[in-house]
Amino acid sequence: MFSRRLLALARSSQLALVLTIVLGFLGGLLTILQAWVLARIITEVFLNGLARDAVLGLLAALLGVVVLKAGAVWGSEVSANVVAQRVKSDLRERLVTHLTALGPAYTQSERTGELALSAVEGVENLESYFSQYLPQLVLAASIPLSVLLLVFPLDPLSGLVFALTAPLVPFFMILIGRSGEALTSRQFETLRHLSAHFYDVLQGLTTLKALNQSRSQAGVIGEVAERYRDVTMQVLRITFLSALALEFLTTISTAIIAVEIGFRLLYRNMEFLPAFFILVLAPDFYLPLRLLGLRFHAGMSGVSAAKRIFEILDLPVRQPPGVVREQYDVRRLITFEEISFQAVSFTYPDRSTPALEDVTFSILPGKTTALVGASGAGKTTIANLLMRFIEPQSGMIQVGTLALSHIPVEFWRTQIGWVPQTPYLFSDTIAANLRLAKPDATESDLLCACERAGLLDFIQSLPEGLQTQIGERGARLSGGQAQRLALARAFLKDAPFLLLDEPTSSLDPALEAALQASVQQLMQGRTVLVIAHRLATVYQADQIVVLDSGKVVEKGTHEELRVANGFYARLIRNA
Amino acid sequence: MRTLSRLFSFLFPFWPQVLLSVLLGALTIGSSIALMSTSAWLISTAAIALSVADLGVSVVSTRLFGVSRAVFRYAERLVSHSLTFRILARLRVWFYQAIEPLAPARLVSARSGDLLSRVIADVETLDNLFVRVLAPPMVAVVIVLGMAVFMGRFDFLLGLVITLFLLAVGAGLTAFSLLLNRRLGKQLVETRSILRADLVDSVQGLPDLMAFGQETAWLERIKQSGRVFSAVQTRMAQLNGLQSGLNSLLTGLGVWLMLFFAIPLVSTGKIDGVYLAVIVLGSLASFEAVQNLPQAAQLLEANLQSARRLFEIADQSPAVTDPAEPLPQPASADLRVSQLHFSYEVHLPPVLSDLSFDLPPGKKLAIVGPSGAGKSTIASLLMRFWDAEGIFLDGKDVRAYRQVDVRRMFSLVSQNTYLFNATLRENLLLARPWASQEEIESACQTAQLHRFILSLPHGYETMVGERGLQLSGGERQRVAIARALLKNAPIFIFDEPTANLDAVTERNLVETLQAIIATRSVVWITHRLIGLEAMDEILVLDSGRIVQRGTQAELLAQEGLYRKMWDLQNRALL
Repeated sequence: MFSRRLLALARSSQLALVLTIVLGFLGGLLTILQAWVLARIITEVFLNGLARDAVLGLLAALLGVVVLKAGAVWGSEVSANVVAQRVKSDLRERLVTHLTALGPAYTQSERTGELALSAVEGVENLESYFSQYLPQLVLAASIPLSVLLLVFPLDPLSGLVFALTAPLVPFFMILIGRSGEALTSRQFETLRHLSAHFYDVLQGLTTLKALNQSRSQAGVIGEVAERYRDVTMQVLRITFLSALALEFLTTISTAIIAVEIGFRLLYRNMEFLPAFFILVLAPDFYLPLRLLGLRFHAGMSGVSAAKRIFEILDLPVRQPPGVVREQYDVRRLITFEEISFQAVSFTYPDRSTPALEDVTFSILPGKTTALVGASGAGKTTIANLLMRFIEPQSGMIQVGTLALSHIPVEFWRTQIGWVPQTPYLFSDTIAANLRLAKPDATESDLLCACERAGLLDFIQSLPEGLQTQIGERGARLSGGQAQRLALARAFLKDAPFLLLDEPTSSLDPALEAALQASVQQLMQGRTVLVIAHRLATVYQADQIVVLDSGKVVEKGTHEELRVANGFYARLIRNA
Repeated sequence: MRTLSRLFSFLFPFWPQVLLSVLLGALTIGSSIALMSTSAWLISTAAIALSVADLGVSVVSTRLFGVSRAVFRYAERLVSHSLTFRILARLRVWFYQAIEPLAPARLVSARSGDLLSRVIADVETLDNLFVRVLAPPMVAVVIVLGMAVFMGRFDFLLGLVITLFLLAVGAGLTAFSLLLNRRLGKQLVETRSILRADLVDSVQGLPDLMAFGQETAWLERIKQSGRVFSAVQTRMAQLNGLQSGLNSLLTGLGVWLMLFFAIPLVSTGKIDGVYLAVIVLGSLASFEAVQNLPQAAQLLEANLQSARRLFEIADQSPAVTDPAEPLPQPASADLRVSQLHFSYEVHLPPVLSDLSFDLPPGKKLAIVGPSGAGKSTIASLLMRFWDAEGIFLDGKDVRAYRQVDVRRMFSLVSQNTYLFNATLRENLLLARPWASQEEIESACQTAQLHRFILSLPHGYETMVGERGLQLSGGERQRVAIARALLKNAPIFIFDEPTANLDAVTERNLVETLQAIIATRSVVWITHRLIGLEAMDEILVLDSGRIVQRGTQAELLAQEGLYRKMWDLQNRALL
């Protein structure tokens, strides 16, 4: 609720935070002052029979307080926003930096990828924590306390009523918070079920139509909603009770105080001024506490979002191994010397079986090496190791005479042309998606790459050409078009080492032939490691490495392996 | 306005509950006003009273109002929530009934997934329409009228002042907040969605960013879009802060003016002095009724936008309608397609051109071709998801029959079989609601599903999960086959039934299908050339035209698309 770590985030905007608190507190004090002046005026007019002219000074003072109070309200909201904005952007940047350091092994994993995404999106939830909940927390702590300090000397009995009931407010608030949380989550759950059912029916509408059952579903939708109403209302009847108690507590204590001071006034045990002052203050005494209850949920969602974010920020980043920054001509090493895997093993976190075990093979310079194996055999893990998204847990990868881990990772990646089966499409223009590979590429560079990748016809068919928006908010590319975009990126990057995850074949002869031609052109004159899905590719490879369950089971050319009549030969026969 | 009145029409059937809810809401705030007023009267009177008798019923009524607010609030919340659920049910049923005739023709677009999730979000937005949008202003109207009368009875001017200030907050500030929202709200949504997309991209596209060494550049981009969003949000916060400040100012000023005008009335004796405190505290309490109207108005905007989008979808005319005087159900399953031309929209190029074939009962026809050749469109046209000229059942144009009667003739197994998040039995029963357990089991046995189902701990009562994802792709397709068998229509349509399945599963499924169709008419649409030797005729489709037709043996003997596809298929590795 009051997380120290969350507060520490506001350190960079301390001034604004202090201002928020001070203005909030000032607003509270002005509320008390307003009550006092109001009570004075009414006493003077009602009991002492003064005319308006006689109380003009007091009226002017009241007006001043009203204006100042409005100013304080405005100011505190504005400065609270400054805090919220700064905290959010700090946290956003820290989180993205940290996720980058954790790397694709973390963000692309099915289990943790979701966490990463919800953490990144959860940053916005901190807005309400800092701009609403925190200022209200300050008010809820300061105003009731100030009121108590003022009221006790004036009238200990009323002070006692305040002091006794006030702690009950947070008590009920927490109760409401808890049951309210259960309530909101229950209500949320109910609505989610309802929506899920509705969505389910809408998505399956075509199927329902095909089965001639679509008309009868309207009744089912109504029934489901009705059933949820019954169940939820039963729960609500009970959960609303704690809200009833809180509401009851604050109004009945106002009533008790009114009656109690009324009787003491009657018996002349009390002056009118303090009595009326206390009555005016009574609602203001409980208001900040009640508002805190209203904003409790906003606070809680901020805290839980922060928890998810901190969990990720607390994950240790694998330290990059000591990088040798000597003046090797690394380029020469990569282009003309072999890349060799030496007894490399790797196991993904939370997996019991290794993804790669004792893998040894070489990628020969200027030659094409094909990786073959069923899905799950370890082909992608090899690609990830080469991209250095992950590092071997044992064994090593050598580039020429140099350990791969000693080559600066940024430099290494500039040497690889990476063509995944499905490239990620960023929510931006096609041009921006291509320029990822070469930020300073000219428009004609882009068009040239598209032509070589066989994407040009498609781009020219678009009214906005290269400037067409794609990705989540733009046009969808077909699988084939996305593959071509990945090829175009590789053409743009023009790196000496090509890491190609070959697209699984489609059955459109025309498309297939064009794609093959592009890939062939890309492979020209480069060192290539290809994850193969086509027979034509393995025929032409200089070397085939056959993987099964994380182990290399065979190596050789297509002819050699066919004659050997082993695992590979069986694979080919089944195809 | 039209949208709003249409929205109100959803409330109409529930008017007694609406009335009750508004009444209870007004009584809740009324209790607060009454509590502060009677307390003020009690204290003032006590200050000058001589005996308890002078306090009259005020002691009792103060206590009563102290209790009644909580009770009214409780009742109001129960009534309004129950009402919300009723509206919600009605809204969903209405929307479903509106779009049922539209599906799928009017609902598929390049991004139909988006359309549906959009619809769901819009319907959910409308769920809170009553409680948070429509009820608060109705309650406020009651309170404003009540206060005008209450204060007006002391003096006309006092009634006028309180009414004006309640309106200034309730209507004036609300208008201000709407204006502000219309200008900045759109910017806020836009900049937020850009930032969100950049953030999502940074997580999901991380491998691509790192592979191209762009991770640092992307962080800069996020910082930049963060700054833009933050700037808009700050402007929004400043104006929102201004609105809160004005709210506080107008409340304070209203009460101050009430005091200012009431004092002379007391001095001149027009009002008894004990009422001075009543006027001030009663007025102060009444502002609660209008305080939250600006927020309600902002929600109203969102609600109207959602409603407009829903109405727009619902108001479309269906692509396929039943004739006014339909023919009786077709007597035989003699299907003939003759010179069929079709394009999805007038200005789009044709998907199918000059397509003709015959399917007398018992014939097995395959339609093959690369993706995008128009194969699936044929299935949609036969099912009458769209209408076109040139399809005849029992010698008559299919458009002359009722839709249900045409669909009765076909059992469809498509590539994207939809399973509902329900039990296996419920999913199967959709095909024939009155089917007996024996019939279900026999269909599942034929579909080679029965043994698998029995191996599950809950058997036929197993929940299949969202979109049936608890089952494997092959199992889902077998459920679809069992459904088709239960429906037992004379013509089976298989639309890529093995798409997205691995090779082994595909082969098993094809074997099952071939056993089933031995005695039935079949239209088998596929781009996988497996099991087609059993077909009486194969149509090879390319860009919507038939480029070859014949049996598999004939087609393999020719040079042509079929042979090319055949070769390609046998060249894939894994």
